[in-house]
Amino acid sequence: MSPSIATNQTILVVGGGISGMTAALEAAECGKQVILVERNATLGGRTALMNRYFPKMCHPTCGLEINLRRLKGNRNVRVMTMAEVSSVTGQRGDYTVTLKLAPRYVNANCTACGDCAAAVDAEISNPYEYGLSKTRVAYLPHAMAYPMHYVLDPSIIGTADAGKAKAACKYDAIDLDMQTETVELKVGAIVWATGWKPYDAAKIQPYGYDRFANVITSLEFERLADPHGPTGGKLLRPSDGKEAKNIAFIQCAGSRDENHLRHCSRICCMATLKQTHYVREAYGESGKSTVYYIDIRVIDRLEDFYQKVQQDATVSFVKSKVAKIVEGKDGNPVLHGVDTEGYHRYATAHDLVVLAVGMEPETNGIKLPEDMLLDSSGFIESSQDEGMFGAGAATSPLDVNRSVQSATAAALRAIQVVHKTAAAEGAK
Amino acid sequence: MSDSNKQAIAHYRNNFLKEVEDHVEDGEWVRMCMQCGVCAGSCPFGPHWEHSPQKIFMMIRAGKREEVLSSDSMWMCTSCYNCIVRCPRKLPITHIMHGLAHYAHRLGIAPKGQPTREIARLFWVNLARTGRVNELKFSLAMYFKDGFVQGIKNALAMQGIGIGLMKARRLNPMELLGGHKCKDKDGIHKMIAKAREIEERKQKFV
Ligand SMILES: Cc1cc2nc3c(=O)[nH]c(=O)nc-3n(C[C@H](O)[C@H](O)[C@H](O)COP(=O)(O)OP(=O)(O)OC[C@H]3O[C@@H](n4cnc5c(N)ncnc54)[C@H](O)[C@@H]3O)c2cc1C
Ligand code: SF4
Ligand code: SF4
Repeated sequence: MSPSIATNQTILVVGGGISGMTAALEAAECGKQVILVERNATLGGRTALMNRYFPKMCHPTCGLEINLRRLKGNRNVRVMTMAEVSSVTGQRGDYTVTLKLAPRYVNANCTACGDCAAAVDAEISNPYEYGLSKTRVAYLPHAMAYPMHYVLDPSIIGTADAGKAKAACKYDAIDLDMQTETVELKVGAIVWATGWKPYDAAKIQPYGYDRFANVITSLEFERLADPHGPTGGKLLRPSDGKEAKNIAFIQCAGSRDENHLRHCSRICCMATLKQTHYVREAYGESGKSTVYYIDIRVIDRLEDFYQKVQQDATVSFVKSKVAKIVEGKDGNPVLHGVDTEGYHRYATAHDLVVLAVGMEPETNGIKLPEDMLLDSSGFIESSQDEGMFGAGAATSPLDVNRSVQSATAAALRAIQVVHKTAAAEGAK
Repeated sequence: MSDSNKQAIAHYRNNFLKEVEDHVEDGEWVRMCMQCGVCAGSCPFGPHWEHSPQKIFMMIRAGKREEVLSSDSMWMCTSCYNCIVRCPRKLPITHIMHGLAHYAHRLGIAPKGQPTREIARLFWVNLARTGRVNELKFSLAMYFKDGFVQGIKNALAMQGIGIGLMKARRLNPMELLGGHKCKDKDGIHKMIAKAREIEERKQKFV
């Protein structure tokens, strides 16, 4: 893409998850020029990696597909994947953005036939499955990928597999000479829809995520439950591949904790309640979910979702923050603690433990423009001069519904900025 | 009942939390506890206490003054600091435990004959006298704390270790006669008196 297409009336949206797509589309459908940049090889963000969605338990495909259709039908949005913002200078109405584009080694001729993947041998840990499975070095990120093009992992370059992939492609889509590129853009307003990342569970030392195979995160559990996931939707535990029927969920794993994340991640209680449905669906009356919690925090109208789960006899609740996990017989994690309703000491074995990990801003650890206002956990509010805004989970731990609302609001604010810029230019 | 105990009861009536906040070291943290249970489950002595820290904090808030202050629980704390490092609210739990124990002791309602309390008391008396710990006298005081007959039994039981320590020159029998002390003993006494005065002020005892 040539950089001259962008002007200071263009809106840049950083991050192509549900929030970024929404913000980009809302602005574009109002006639604004929008550039949507995504660091990964596909749009969709973390939503695409979930099995089902609360509160309606729908498949993430629905929401994404509607947005992808809107995107394909709109000429005002330009999508750039494998693109990362490396610097922002300037101010409201007049920003210069430098983007770093990583090579995909596959061009737009790709029809997603999959011949390249069939031709190569080497494997990498699958980045879209949190490392739960492997994928070939030529791969499609996932079934809902947009753009629907394969990607070559950079490790393929210089190996025999590179030649094999190129030879296998009938559409001349493989270009092994692609290089990292740097592009500069002029834009008027920027929406940061960079989303969230899971808190590093290994840092919660007493839970032994890094030591015990059968202690996993809630994100990994979503992948296990997904029919397109690494286990074909079966709830198989990592240590021995056996079905996990007696599953513990530990709430606030890394959240509401001065030693980890200070904030309540807000989504994890609902996510766990949702995940107890997966257990019930897999085993009916013979499965068992136990939720260890400080308090269950479900937000306003989602309370009835909680009440329904409470009525499920296969789900029990223990009011206690688990103190520690040790590995017992057959790799069964044993949970130790004291419950708050009666102060009973327990040591309970389960087949599998799911840590409801906290959400922290994806931007923690990267360098943001200097005048950005962040809250005490690093979530983005806006820039001081109100030319850059946060949207979705980049601003606070939000569910999809609230992320979309936040993205629409951010789009409106960005539109106001470029309107003013346009008016000022017209007056000159 | 001791006078200080009567005064405290009269002053705070049913507000034990306020009393703890005023007089117990780090007591103002008690209200920050969110009752998650991590301290209770992390304490290596946990199963042997009557009340875990979590429970004690709730009891304080529920006004269970007698039960808390006469409890043996906070005397069981070994200062391992497991609870402090894990508490998600960063309560200085260990310090509060010691603070409560100290307050109960001061009011004269800490459990009589509680071994940790007795050791602490004897240790302090021993140390404060000369500014140096006289280990021989301290051990003997420990042996004889439950009476003369029991003291002889204890001393006989520990005889082997005592002789071993003497041979290794870790125990000097001459210490029984006076023993080593700080050069400026009076200075030490003044320092302790000053420290006490500061603490009385800080913990609002004056
Ligand atoms: C276990 C779990 C289960 C959940 N289940 C549900 C549910 O059932 N229902 C529900 O409503 N919500 C659920 N959520 C919350 C849901 O995942 C979020 O609401 C949603 O992902 C927010 O979307 P987003 O677009 O704001 O962020 P993300 O999905 O994180 O998307 C951000 C995008 O930005 C890209 N990006 C990041 N940084 C950069 C950068 N520097 N440059 C370029 N691109 C960048 C990322 O690659 C990503 O594609 C769940 C959360 C958890 C933890
Ligand atoms: S939403 Fe629930 S699990 Fe998540 S941090 Fe808040 S209270 Fe803890
Ligand atoms: S760990 Fe901290 S917050 Fe939790 S019960 Fe103990 S003192 Fe209270």
